[in-house]
Amino acid sequence: MNLIHKLMKTPEGAVGFIILAIMIGIAIMASTISPGDPLRIAGRALVAPFTDPALPLGTDRLGRDVAAGIVHGARTSLLVGAAAALAAIVLGLLVGLVAGFCSGIVDEVLMRVVDAFQIVPGFLLALAFVSVMGASLPVVVLAITLGAWADPARLTRAQVLSLRERDYVAAAKVIGMHPAEIAVRQILPQALPPVLAISATLVAAAILTEAALSFLGLGDPNSVTWGSMIAEGRNVLRSSPWLSILPGLALIITVVGVYLLSEGLAKALAGDGPAMQGKLRNGAAP
Amino acid sequence: MNRSLRLIRRRLLTSIPALLIVIILTFLLLETAPGDAVDAYLLSIGGGDAGVAASLRQAYGLDQSLTARLWLYLTALARLDLGWSTAFERPVIDLIAERLPNTLALMGSATALSFALGSTLGIIAGAKPESIKDIMLSTISLILYAIPSFWLGLLLSLLFAVQLRWLPTSGIETIASGKTGLYRLMDIARHLILPVGALTLIYTALFLRVMRAGMVEAWKLDFVLFARAKGLSRTRLLLRHVARNAALPLITMLGLQAAAMLGGSVVIESIFAIPGFGRLAQEAVTGRDAPLLMGIILVSAVLVVTVNLLVDLVQAAFDPRIGASEASS
Repeated sequence: MNLIHKLMKTPEGAVGFIILAIMIGIAIMASTISPGDPLRIAGRALVAPFTDPALPLGTDRLGRDVAAGIVHGARTSLLVGAAAALAAIVLGLLVGLVAGFCSGIVDEVLMRVVDAFQIVPGFLLALAFVSVMGASLPVVVLAITLGAWADPARLTRAQVLSLRERDYVAAAKVIGMHPAEIAVRQILPQALPPVLAISATLVAAAILTEAALSFLGLGDPNSVTWGSMIAEGRNVLRSSPWLSILPGLALIITVVGVYLLSEGLAKALAGDGPAMQGKLRNGAAP
Repeated sequence: MNRSLRLIRRRLLTSIPALLIVIILTFLLLETAPGDAVDAYLLSIGGGDAGVAASLRQAYGLDQSLTARLWLYLTALARLDLGWSTAFERPVIDLIAERLPNTLALMGSATALSFALGSTLGIIAGAKPESIKDIMLSTISLILYAIPSFWLGLLLSLLFAVQLRWLPTSGIETIASGKTGLYRLMDIARHLILPVGALTLIYTALFLRVMRAGMVEAWKLDFVLFARAKGLSRTRLLLRHVARNAALPLITMLGLQAAAMLGGSVVIESIFAIPGFGRLAQEAVTGRDAPLLMGIILVSAVLVVTVNLLVDLVQAAFDPRIGASEASS
């Protein structure tokens, strides 16, 4: 609670929190706000936005409700973003913890695997993975995870390496604690903060990757996504540009919200340090 | 041992096993695909009987066991043979060699422009953290960095190519224009303005943010405080000490960006119909062309390793501590 209070005191954090709260609200309430299948035909084709009160954002070239698409697209976007980021963090923590804690040959092998995933462009990997497995929501989440877990793994390992030599870990060894218990109960909680600090960036990257995949037609064909709406609008870009512009704006607002929240969190957490730090910083800046 | 050689050796020692893992994992991934190149080929020519399929499989070596085929692939790779593209009916290496220069030109110019622009704006923003200029630049860069490149590309082409008709909408050059020499180069440049512009806007935001963050940290360093106390002029302090210190993470960023850029080339080349590396990847996916996709992933990994090696060397030139001893990494 205290952290949320601090977060709301930073302008970035407050704005980011509000944007994301609204987006998450829309995503959760999607079926209430616009009931029924968002892919069904709702009216005449290519109704311009703000002309028909029943279809506030108009329709696409098949007569599907754009507002419904954007509302339901929020669900896909946030779900995929959060799930992929969560999976990447869990996998990264696990691999980083094992690599850092075991060291030796295990560390060497795991880190070469991490290297392998870092030198392959994540988007190409996702493209190959989806094309092999077939596009569906879980496959898209997994495809994005594959390209995202290496960074948290490397970060966790570095953190574990610095923690494992601490006195309190030695003390835990002396009292006969099982190595696995030391790793999970003593080291993991301390290794968590830097990884959580990049979690927002991972969510933002996952949302953008999902959009790019569905833009290329490799998203889940059964759910509306902002990326597929932009691609669909591209066919009539000259005559009805709003069809591509509107879902793009929704995407940008969401990602900006994630970035702002992450900056606000960083500030709120840094504010925990002594007030002296802030004074020194201000003093140093001419 | 020479510092550069030591850096190269260290990078290769970790990269070669990593590349081997890339090859094996990609191979296994593409193996799990339902259907193979023969199925895709037969589908594209309107089908064929079991006999044709069997003989084709034999010709492609698809009738052998998994390990045998992996070994075959690795030995061919040692001869720089990346296999045969089933969708294009051509050697994979030729296709990649043909497409890669377009992508390198696109990404190279976008990187150079955004690096110069981003670091300059980053210095302006970081010169006085929390000033009006800084807040404005930081806000704009935050929004720009949230924009997907394909959406920005669409908007730019809508504005400059469709509405204003200043620039061509797509392609790398005017088809059958018969232009040669300098005129052809200028034609290509005109076609590249929009895609390079879209990428530059987004990458500038990234470099700006990294440079600014580095500057904010550098202002807090003891030696900067000391230099201020000594009465060093502001400009000199800013450029020689603060900005110089902040530039190192920026160069690291270049290495990290290499992979993201190769991945990003897929969408931007799709928007502007540029026959490059990324578009080839998309074509490999549509054509179910496993050897081509495999070759693309492998070549991109090699490119990323090379860029990171270059970044190591540049950083060593900037910072004498890097690679000075055998032990540190």
